Amino acid sequence: MEFKDYYATLGLQSTATQDEIKRAYRKLARRYHPDLSKEADAEARFKDLAEAYEALNDPQRRTAYDEARARPQRAPMPDFGGDHGFDPNEGMNHSDFFESLFGKATRGASSQRRRRATAEDHHARILIDLEDAYHGARRTISLQDRQLEVNIPKGVREGQHLRLAGQGLSGEPGGPVGDLYLEVGFKPHAHYRVDGRDLYLDLPIAPWEAALGATATVPTPGGPVQLTVPAGSSSGRKLRLKGRGLPGDPPGHLYAVVGITVPPADTPASTQAYEALARTFPHFNPRSVLEA
Amino acid sequence: MMMTSSSNPIPVVTGVIVEEDIRFTLEDLSRACDADHAQLIVLVEEGVLEPGGSGPQDWLFSGASLRRARAALRMGRDLQLGVEGTALVLDLLDQIEDLRAQLRRLGVQNL
Repeated sequence: MEFKDYYATLGLQSTATQDEIKRAYRKLARRYHPDLSKEADAEARFKDLAEAYEALNDPQRRTAYDEARARPQRAPMPDFGGDHGFDPNEGMNHSDFFESLFGKATRGASSQRRRRATAEDHHARILIDLEDAYHGARRTISLQDRQLEVNIPKGVREGQHLRLAGQGLSGEPGGPVGDLYLEVGFKPHAHYRVDGRDLYLDLPIAPWEAALGATATVPTPGGPVQLTVPAGSSSGRKLRLKGRGLPGDPPGHLYAVVGITVPPADTPASTQAYEALARTFPHFNPRSVLEA
Repeated sequence: MMMTSSSNPIPVVTGVIVEEDIRFTLEDLSRACDADHAQLIVLVEEGVLEPGGSGPQDWLFSGASLRRARAALRMGRDLQLGVEGTALVLDLLDQIEDLRAQLRRLGVQNL
């Protein structure tokens, strides 16, 4: 088992005062709290921070930790094995290292909570593809002690929660069971950006398609559709495909955002074509908006 | 709600969208958030949660209250914030989310 350097986690020397420990924790907690940070590893970092703070903020624990730290071989502790995977008591689980030093103590904050003898509800997350939300889907999730096949309802949006009735844990053996809540996240999609039920798609078009208009085949979650690009479509023009976003009442729209892709002038013929274009529009000034 | 088919030993359950199809009583929300009534009442008094109904006995919270209440409780605990500070942070987070949505519409990925 790896010896955890709680001082390093908080960016401190081992001589830090209790006030410095508190200050360092608060500062880093504000930065990495999963509710505040969008950094990918925020949750893991915050968990490390909270554990380091819990170990060092309590003077007795800190003394025990410092003693273990001072031993020549730093990890004479039994190895409890690896990762325990999903823990429905999210945020309350400690590392094996912490437990080997301090036992399976409950974290300060959670022990302040009223111990509930009644049914308990629990929380987990599920990451799905946008297409799952579009069509509805069935996905297997792994909990600590079991697996479930979850029917994901059509039209669920990113950030919403699914309630699975009766799938929480019972507060005591044989007691009533609570519900399980799954927070829904969408995996990043190669084509679409999601805004509630609306979808945004970048639609590359050629300069002549922008000028003359075109019919483009556009992917939508429900399958490809033919989209008419009107003549004179400059970059940034949004073309709406009504009701082609995520289903719901009302359904979302799919917006194709036009972007002009310029073919290279890398042959004499293509260079001449651009030069001819320039000669055709001697007075065209795309930057007239900047002159005022 | 739970059906187990003979060919498939894993139980099948159907998710209900909380934000669209569920309202919580104070007791429901308290259980869903693993929090005391008193902690939630304070959040209502500070305007973080806005249930319908005239008093705690008949309060009904929207499905969206689940996310808000859990975030408020987590931040209050982990950042050692008072309820006024928590309320302010939640309002600012709402503003950030609106700005992120605008950026996504303008073509910025992965926000």
